[in-house]
Amino acid sequence: MKKFILQRLTYSLISLFLLSLTIFLFVRLTGDPTVLLVEPGASKEDMAMIREQLGLDRSLAVQYASFVKDIVRGDFGKSFYYRTPVLELYLSRLPSSLFLAAAAMVFSLVIGIPSGIIAAVKVGKFWDNFGKVFALLGLSMPQFWVGLLLILFFSVYLGWLPSSGSGTIWHVIMPAFALGWFFAAAHMRITRSSMLEVLGSEYVKLARLKGLPEKRVIVKHALKNALIPVLTLAGINLVLMVNVAVVVETVFAWPGIGRLLYEGIAFRDFPVVQTTVLLSGSMIVVVNLVVDVLYAVIDPRIRLGA
Amino acid sequence: MASRAATLTFEWTMSTLRMKGFPWFPVVILGTLALAAIFADVLAPHSPEVGQLGQRFKPPAWQQGGASQFLLGTDHLGRDVLSRLIFGARVSMVVGLLAVFVAGTIGTFLGILSGYMGKWTDQLIMRVTDTWLAIPALTFAIFLAAILGPSEMNIVIILSAVYWTRYARVIRGEVLSLREREFVRLAIVAGCSKWTIMKRHILPNVLNTAIVIASLQLGVVIVAEAALSFLGVGVPPPKPAWGLMLADGKKGLMAGYWWLTVTPGMCIMLMVLSANLLGDWLRVKLDPQLRQL
Amino acid sequence: MAPLLELKNYSTHYVSARGTRVVKAVDTVSLVLNSGETLGIVGESGSGKTTLALSILRLLPMAARKTDGEILFEGEDLLKKSTEEMRQIRGKRIAMILQDPMASLNPLFTIGDQVSEPLRVHEGTPRRTAWQKATALLKAVRITAPETRVREYPHQMSGGMRQRIVGAMGIACEPRLLIADEPTTSLDLTIQAQYLALLRDLQREHGLALIFITHNLGIVAKMCDRVAVMYAGRLVEFGPVRKIFDQPRHPYTRALLQSIPRFADSRNRLTAIGGQPPDLSAPPLGCAFHPRCPDAIDRCRGEAPPETGTTNGHTVRCWVAGS
Repeated sequence: MKKFILQRLTYSLISLFLLSLTIFLFVRLTGDPTVLLVEPGASKEDMAMIREQLGLDRSLAVQYASFVKDIVRGDFGKSFYYRTPVLELYLSRLPSSLFLAAAAMVFSLVIGIPSGIIAAVKVGKFWDNFGKVFALLGLSMPQFWVGLLLILFFSVYLGWLPSSGSGTIWHVIMPAFALGWFFAAAHMRITRSSMLEVLGSEYVKLARLKGLPEKRVIVKHALKNALIPVLTLAGINLVLMVNVAVVVETVFAWPGIGRLLYEGIAFRDFPVVQTTVLLSGSMIVVVNLVVDVLYAVIDPRIRLGA
Repeated sequence: MASRAATLTFEWTMSTLRMKGFPWFPVVILGTLALAAIFADVLAPHSPEVGQLGQRFKPPAWQQGGASQFLLGTDHLGRDVLSRLIFGARVSMVVGLLAVFVAGTIGTFLGILSGYMGKWTDQLIMRVTDTWLAIPALTFAIFLAAILGPSEMNIVIILSAVYWTRYARVIRGEVLSLREREFVRLAIVAGCSKWTIMKRHILPNVLNTAIVIASLQLGVVIVAEAALSFLGVGVPPPKPAWGLMLADGKKGLMAGYWWLTVTPGMCIMLMVLSANLLGDWLRVKLDPQLRQL
Repeated sequence: MAPLLELKNYSTHYVSARGTRVVKAVDTVSLVLNSGETLGIVGESGSGKTTLALSILRLLPMAARKTDGEILFEGEDLLKKSTEEMRQIRGKRIAMILQDPMASLNPLFTIGDQVSEPLRVHEGTPRRTAWQKATALLKAVRITAPETRVREYPHQMSGGMRQRIVGAMGIACEPRLLIADEPTTSLDLTIQAQYLALLRDLQREHGLALIFITHNLGIVAKMCDRVAVMYAGRLVEFGPVRKIFDQPRHPYTRALLQSIPRFADSRNRLTAIGGQPPDLSAPPLGCAFHPRCPDAIDRCRGEAPPETGTTNGHTVRCWVAGS
């Protein structure tokens, strides 16, 4: 197992290196990065000063080293628009994003798990197929359109929910639904397949042989086992939700990381954009590592180095 | 991983809806959209970019206050929605097809290279692929858009740069098994150079796979283009892109001008749905053994 | 005295979705079993033994299926029971133990929980009493330190222990009939012998009838009162164990007996007979065994033999032996 974890750790470190290198190189790809890294409308003198600061006359390797050194020290630059360190800005938006992601997760599980169970129990029958059609339509609808339709229906026509902003529990409902919608399909699918596997197991057969009522067989014996892979995926997806909410947060003016990214492009605030990409990628690299290691700890086949 | 989950979900969904015969539904929809895109100049009743300010926010013709000359109503600048939708099909089609083609070319090339050359070439390409797959696609695209600035051409470049990874992954896997096959060994014995083998023997055998991934990716790319345009870093206004129309439609959303939000979204959904259905049909048609793209 | 269990011309047929293919998994089977007796069902893999057992409990896979005939248990036809009535019979009056003790315990619940479950469901025993009974049951199946074992999880048990735990679950509600599907294939020889002895003791104490599904004719000789030999979904020979071991009449039974290894090794499956078992969706015309039968005559190829009875409830399906 040690070998496996070491290998995965190395891969992750390489990924983090490639990630920072990608971002570093792309910024310099267009020629003069000062255009991006200097506030819009800065004077010629300012530009020259930044150029000096970045050391653009030095070799790329030296520049990259100082780029990484800043990141490691937690210095991601200053936001042009807010005039505060980007990391501070990012961290101040993180709770909001986490809250939205958690709410979206609840939605996706509340929709995904029961429909997955029904689809598995009634495999090949009406509800199974209905769920499939529903999932396909869901996957073909762009997230932001779902968000706009929700606003149109619940805010404009019915006047039940606030169309944007945050603060009350009512504000989170629509963005959470729009964000969770897409993941609900994924959670439904994995619940269904995991449930089907468990329902075919010997211990479920034995539970039936014991004469347990079908409800007890499914809820007690099957569901608990079937939920393990579902919750693993949900854990990964929670991190993903934090990082893919940009359109939803924009539609609903939700003050999270996605909205920060949007502001970054809208205000031409490049340090913000760069930091968001860097941290999103890093977060996902780390989560993938954690999941792989956890699986190695749980699964004896990996643990014993097969 | 989410994209993988989504792909799997999609596949499983397909298994029931798989069309037995010819896929009429997606072909008719995509055909109509393609015709609209090609003959937009003839078909569109009005200019897509110039509106009449006196005719702002007209509802569709069948609603109270609608005018028969604006079948689907007008937007905040008095532009005809139907005309913009028709021209929007052109933008989506062109951007979608070009991006899928370029990404497919890059991904196929790197996938073959990675799978056939092995060793450090393989390691390098696969590590880059893994890393790029870890960055949320849209976030990555926004980052690139912030660097390159908005233009139709840049969107194609951005989407190609973001979406080649899936081709590389899958095709590398195919090549790994092709490499061990008899005809490749024969070619090596016959003294063909590596490039000749990759071009003559490997490429034709992975082309079907590439086409299938491309058709399944078309929907993804179209949604991404719409999202970028919606966020203001895609197709620059006043061009009629569907994502841009949705962004504009937001201006009339609170007033209840539903047609500005519903119609472009509907177009995107129909196009994506059709692309997915067609892609799956191709998948089964071209290679029954193909699994888990 | 009426028999405890009686099957009359019972069949289970699977029908494919379009109705074009019919698999006769169990075909016109008749047999009887008295209280306290032991019946062995033997045959190759895929001969329909497990399907027959699951048919008695009405727990067949959900695929399109058709059943026919009667299954009389204590004089009542199980096929006429409602789903709910059937559920109350399962685990309470007829219990079954599955092949794989490793997989038949739920990994997420304690042993006590799982052993006491039939009691709680069928007899409404309160939790604490049920757990005390579970501890007693573990003791009855000779598990050491049952008081601590009852709180442990399946992964903490050895294979033999799990098999005995599954056995404890089977007898929890003191059923009249216990069906054991290859209960010993995954155990090693010493533990196998211990387990069989245990089952025999339990049978004596509780007066239960046993059905043994097995490949192992050695076990049948040691444990059973009657034997049913299955081939391609049909009972080819049925009768008292002595009769069948001393004077086997069906050529298939003879072949089986000849293939018993000299050393009782449960792992040595019945592979010594030449040829392959038939494909049940397209069985050969006539007697299903005729392509592998050394005594086959023309009649065997054209017409399936009927069940012919001889003395003492010994029946056989064979044109040659039956006449």
